[in-house]
Amino acid sequence: MAKQLPILFLSVLFFTVSVNAQDLVKGKKIYETRCLACHQADGGGVPNMNAPLDGSSNVVGNNIARLVKIIKGGYSEKIALDGYYYNNVMTANPDLKEEDIANVLSYVRTSWSNKASKVTVAQVQAAQRKK
Amino acid sequence: MKNLKPIFLFVVVILALNLNAQSNAGLKLPEGFKATLFADTIGSARHIAVTKSGVVFAKLMYPNKAGKSIIRLEDANKDGIADKINGWANYGGTGIFVKGKDLYATSDNDVYLYQLNDNDEVVNPSSPKTIVKGLIAKNQHASKSITLDGDNNVYVNIGAYSNACQEKDRTAGSKGMMPCPILDSAGGIWKFSGTKENQVYGDGKRYATGLRNVVGLDWNTQSNSLFVMQHGRDQLNSFYPTLYNDAQNAELPAETMYELHEGDNAGWPYVYFDPYQKKKILAPEYGGDGKKEGGENALNPTVFFPAHMAPNGLLFYTGDQFPAKYKNGAFIAFHGSWNRAPLPQEGYFVAFVPFKNGKPNGEWEIFANGFSGLADGEKVTNVRKVKSRPCGLAQGPDGSLYVSDDARGSIFKISYAK
Ligand code: HEC
Repeated sequence: MAKQLPILFLSVLFFTVSVNAQDLVKGKKIYETRCLACHQADGGGVPNMNAPLDGSSNVVGNNIARLVKIIKGGYSEKIALDGYYYNNVMTANPDLKEEDIANVLSYVRTSWSNKASKVTVAQVQAAQRKK
Repeated sequence: MKNLKPIFLFVVVILALNLNAQSNAGLKLPEGFKATLFADTIGSARHIAVTKSGVVFAKLMYPNKAGKSIIRLEDANKDGIADKINGWANYGGTGIFVKGKDLYATSDNDVYLYQLNDNDEVVNPSSPKTIVKGLIAKNQHASKSITLDGDNNVYVNIGAYSNACQEKDRTAGSKGMMPCPILDSAGGIWKFSGTKENQVYGDGKRYATGLRNVVGLDWNTQSNSLFVMQHGRDQLNSFYPTLYNDAQNAELPAETMYELHEGDNAGWPYVYFDPYQKKKILAPEYGGDGKKEGGENALNPTVFFPAHMAPNGLLFYTGDQFPAKYKNGAFIAFHGSWNRAPLPQEGYFVAFVPFKNGKPNGEWEIFANGFSGLADGEKVTNVRKVKSRPCGLAQGPDGSLYVSDDARGSIFKISYAK
């Protein structure tokens, strides 16, 4: 048993890593089909038009509920985001499942220069309960 | 002191290199043309206008750091660089137009009229006349651009607050509304008196409809008619991936120029113009499949250009400074695309179309390039990193061409040296 422990530990570790990797791969796929058109491949957005996700204080911030709401319901509040305004209207994604939302948010929070925590399905669920 | 010498030399070399790199303000121009950086970092400069004495006015999309949104620029020592710069007003917007001593400027809702004195200084910075008020400005295509005809009528673009008039804007699977209710109050050009105060929708008329969003427009004095540049629709691939792949979306639909007369309809949202089939194609939101034609009564474009390049400025050149081929032709400032992603972006240049007697007379070509700040031949893939984005155009009294840029906030002055 003692001998098998490291192997068990390793496989658990491997499993965890691969699950996480999977999240980001799926998240990237969703990003490419649903977000890239506006927020661009570099996450830099389009000045005055589509907000940047790379370097955005909200995107890497702690208000996950707000991010979930934006992805699900779309966004066009025209309030200053890090000091700038954007003229386009963000598409709603009412059909995205909780897992998809967790994946795409995890992707945008850890890509480019963003180094925030990933978002779990439990966090997405909690956010939706909050409304 | 002695060991300062190398540093001094180094600084001189760097300065020289810098100046060299900045020849023609970094622009690439046809033989014989030169450019100066007339102004830099003045704020998000949208449209510009020049008075008969050569004073330049720029309208900013947002008030600049000093809180001003109309900027006056004067080049007193005539070296091609503005040396007296000040401003007023605190509302963002795009439109500006000067006629004699009348200076028109727009917010996203209203058209204002300011008075200039003999020195082309504004007389009433805080009390302009309100010419038109209460125009629709929702979250999209809200900016109002303007031009005047020879009879003091002002033409205002009222952009559609939508991409394709879907029941739910920019949402996959959402159908196009029939008829599109947006067209009652937007998605067209409205005509008002340029002298009457406090006009609202009912005082003007819808001059032309079926135009998704126009930013560049100009009155052509040869044909005595209005010309506009439409921004074509976005995201065919996002919403109809089975009909359009990324490469097709990057090239569809064309950006289009129209000559407009009263009552004209350019077909948005029901059709778009396909530059390959050279036809008006039914929009997929209205049952189109990429091939079915539509818009029998809609205009065909006067000229069409590659997709998504965002034509933000249009100017018919009436000056005598440039070579003969440019006389009465159209300059178009392309702001540059974003909806070609994941393919490389296009635009970010000023194009030229020769005209004769108010009709296009030859192919369009790139006139001024290099605004993006990238190396020759390098394509824009990171829109955020682009240095300058051409937006407004204006002609100086000496026939020079001014180009504004709302990214870095510069104004370029382009002249021809015989
Ligand atoms: C049609 C263009 C468009 C698409 C597609 C789009 N967005 Fe947006 N997004 C915007 C615009 C425009 C804003 C800013 C709107 C405003 O300020 O009113 C925005 C804002 C955001 C914000 C808030 C940023 C901040 O700093 O607070 C997030 C997060 C976001 N988008 C994520 C996404 C994700 C993830 C997707 C894909 C599932 C996506 N967007 C798809 C246009 C788009």
